[in-house]
Amino acid sequence: MTQTDFPTTASPDGGAHSGHHGERKFRDYFTFNPDHKVIGLQYLVTSFVFYILGGVLATAIRTELATPASDFVSPDTYNGLLTLHGTIMIFLWIVPAGAGLANYLIPLMIGAKDMAFPKLNALAFWMIPPGGLMLIASFFLETPKAGWTSYPPLSLVSGQVGEGIWIMSILVLGTSSILGAINFVVTILKMRIPTMPMNKMPLFCWAMLATAALILVGTPVLAGALILLAFDLFAGTAFFNPSGGGNPVVYQHMFWFYSHPAVYIMVLPLFGTISEVLPVHARKPIFGYQAIAYSSLAISFLGLIVWAHHMFTSGTPAWLRMFFMIATMVIAVPTGIKIFGWLATVWGGKISLNSAMLFGLGFIAVFVIGGISGVMLASVPFDIHVHDTYFVVAHMHYVLFGGSVFGIYAGIYHWYPKMTGRMMNEPLGRIHFVLTFIGMNLTFLPMHELGLLGMNRRVAMYDPRFADLNVLCTAGSYLLAISTLPFLFNAIWSVFKGKPAGDNPWRALTMEWQTTSPPAIENFEGVPVLKTGPYDYGLERNGSQPGLASSDTPALSGGSPT
Amino acid sequence: MNIPTSIATMLAGILITLLSLWYGQNHGLMPIAASDEATLVDGLFNTMMTVGFGLFLLVEGTILIAVIKFRRKPDDETDGPHIEGNIPLEIVWTAIPAVIVLMISVYSFDVYGQMGGFDPEAAEGMPGVTQVAMLGGDEMSAPLIDPSQAHPKPHHHMMAVGVGASPDRAGQPPDLTVDVMGLQYAWIFSYPESGIVSGELHVPQGKDVRLNIKAQDVLHAFWLPEFRLKQDAIPGEDTEIRFTPRRVGDYPIVCAELCGAYHGSMVSRIFVHSEEEYDAWLGQQVAMQSASPDTLAQRLDEQILALTTPLSDEEFLAPYAHEVGLTAASLESLKGATPVLNELLSS
Ligand code: HEM
Ligand SMILES: [Cu+2]
Ligand SMILES: [Cu+2]
Repeated sequence: MTQTDFPTTASPDGGAHSGHHGERKFRDYFTFNPDHKVIGLQYLVTSFVFYILGGVLATAIRTELATPASDFVSPDTYNGLLTLHGTIMIFLWIVPAGAGLANYLIPLMIGAKDMAFPKLNALAFWMIPPGGLMLIASFFLETPKAGWTSYPPLSLVSGQVGEGIWIMSILVLGTSSILGAINFVVTILKMRIPTMPMNKMPLFCWAMLATAALILVGTPVLAGALILLAFDLFAGTAFFNPSGGGNPVVYQHMFWFYSHPAVYIMVLPLFGTISEVLPVHARKPIFGYQAIAYSSLAISFLGLIVWAHHMFTSGTPAWLRMFFMIATMVIAVPTGIKIFGWLATVWGGKISLNSAMLFGLGFIAVFVIGGISGVMLASVPFDIHVHDTYFVVAHMHYVLFGGSVFGIYAGIYHWYPKMTGRMMNEPLGRIHFVLTFIGMNLTFLPMHELGLLGMNRRVAMYDPRFADLNVLCTAGSYLLAISTLPFLFNAIWSVFKGKPAGDNPWRALTMEWQTTSPPAIENFEGVPVLKTGPYDYGLERNGSQPGLASSDTPALSGGSPT
Repeated sequence: MNIPTSIATMLAGILITLLSLWYGQNHGLMPIAASDEATLVDGLFNTMMTVGFGLFLLVEGTILIAVIKFRRKPDDETDGPHIEGNIPLEIVWTAIPAVIVLMISVYSFDVYGQMGGFDPEAAEGMPGVTQVAMLGGDEMSAPLIDPSQAHPKPHHHMMAVGVGASPDRAGQPPDLTVDVMGLQYAWIFSYPESGIVSGELHVPQGKDVRLNIKAQDVLHAFWLPEFRLKQDAIPGEDTEIRFTPRRVGDYPIVCAELCGAYHGSMVSRIFVHSEEEYDAWLGQQVAMQSASPDTLAQRLDEQILALTTPLSDEEFLAPYAHEVGLTAASLESLKGATPVLNELLSS
């Protein structure tokens, strides 16, 4: 059963089928290696290490907030923890983890041997460790303390060293992101096998195309803002510094011109992931392929014209507030198309409720809450009340934790057998899901109410009347910290002891499953030929596939065992 | 796909509708509404909660039912039905959210207008002459400008942003104007008409109040949770909020923009008085603050103390009062920041 053809005779080297072909050595993963699969895993593992660090910071933040008084760390330190938590989670976890999945999967999904520019790809990855280490070094010198948004004038007076490190680090990480994005675009557009038209690409590739476009448009603007900020900080210019006649609101525009799209940069790859995971484990085609593919592009475009919804209470005149309100509301439409499409995909299918599927469905269940609160936040009069409060913290974590992190876990459980050749442990995966799901909601649900009642964000001390709800949040965050352990153990243990997976344990149809697990060094032998669409579940075994390259080998659906 | 025609689907639809209609009115999530603006915003919020809760039930319900109903049997290796899509259905779920967000936008637009968001006066506003100095930070960064050298900046916005007069008051001057100055880590309120300065905001019930909001050092945000009003205080650019307090009582004032280590303790109170009470308070303040010059310094000290003493709860601010760094020296640097304070300090 396969949708791809392995022309055995065309095999470039004789030992191609021995199964030992193209095995990686452990140390390859610590080198400057141009293989996209090595790079993909480097991204994923590195970003997970940073995730643990960001999580430790989150736990420290929540420990401080367990009581109203500022008694665990000093308020100054608190702002440092907060700034590093936000920065690490965004720039060193979610963004590179999405890039990791993309690196690993795109060439496999489109039948290519590697990315378009393998060396550039390795370079993009190797910029991340120095960028990250720089940020961590700030712990020992001086932490940046102005929040991950780094608004002037506060960022200009809260410590030159820490702020300088922060700017440098983001510039390095942003450059890495741009280099990665160039690769994704060119690879997807130019390296597909000839038999795969755009509209037969897996939806993950569409999502990455949309993501890469945002990175390429947005990141240079952020870099511009940060360079100007650095001038204000070190050279005494006054682009944003009001005491020299600068305008701090201009920084906010430049910052959010990137950083709003950044939330889509963080979530679109996982939208793509969910579109891959659901059909496989529900044994049913994705519902509305084109609608889901094009809605990624629509989100990408709209994402570029909504930035000032982060500035409704800033120096933003009324007409701009209204324009950005309506533009933001409109994003709900393509997002809704995706969510309903996913629901219709699993509806009537044959669902295997394994760890990947649990996180996939959990993603929808939790993300939709962040989506609903997002539409509320778009409404100017309501946002005036809750802007910069815990309501926003709740919204943002429903989207980033419930959306991105759940999506990354779904992707890892789904593709782990492909990446390592071994299955992950199911019971541990389910425990991981249950703990994460409960912990996540316990931590972040009460924050909505805190914000509505009057608790502002980024505070080390708060009014004692908010104490009870905060204790709930802190308890939830400890549960979340614990929930990571079964996953960590599972992921490490299964590399060595997991059940051998075979090439295609999920009987999936996308092309990455039609090669060995883990794939050989150049992925496929020869050029594979597309025989079915990526989601042709439920088609007759030897029925015809409309619109596909004809072949006399019957192309099978995923129904028959290998 | 089950086309939603069956009785069960219809009943589920009715149930979801009723539940969300009920929840939208009875969520009890908002604090007291103390102003006209708050009532408007709460109406909008209730509507969004109704729609949002309905959507929430629909999505979570669908997931739960699917997981229960459509599970793969352990030995079933076959696929589900090959359904690639359904154009009419897709049009429906594109159109319905589009209509919903359009309606919410129109409703929000309307509420914003009634609150005074489109007040053209606010958009022309008073030219701000805030002088800016960096305080409380790291001396080596950011060049400090001596407040005495400060002059209106060429970039300075002649346009104020915020929430202006409600439409029925448009074009009329407010009943009361108060200048609000945010600085690390306190709010200072000066009443230009009566010449008093206070660390708390006192307003008469039912009167049209305008706050001119300025910032001395970094960004702050002036938030009145019970009034559902918030506006950033921006150094170098004046902003405003105009509102009508309705409910007698005292409520928190919160800073909602990260402004430094003690951002969390940058709080004050707003007191809404009946008119007689307000007049009494005003009289008392005027008498106190027009005392002889040599007691002025002492009164300033009292002001500072008032700004940093415990508010609603001793635990809340007491531990930081001595740390927050609001000293006579930093108040001194406010000279010229607001005319009233200036007078007070130089007399
Ligand atoms: C592991 C569980 C997590 C917990 C318990 C947690 C908790 C918190 C808390 C308490 C804050 C402070 C909010 C404030 O005062 O404004 C915060 C801020 C933030 N978190 Fe998390 N968080 C977690 C995971 C994440 C993840 C996965 C992301 C993904 C991107 C993330 C992104 C952010 C951002 C961007 C901020 C804002 C930082 C800033 O204001 O500068 N968090 N988080
Ligand atoms: Cu945004
Ligand atoms: Cu503040």
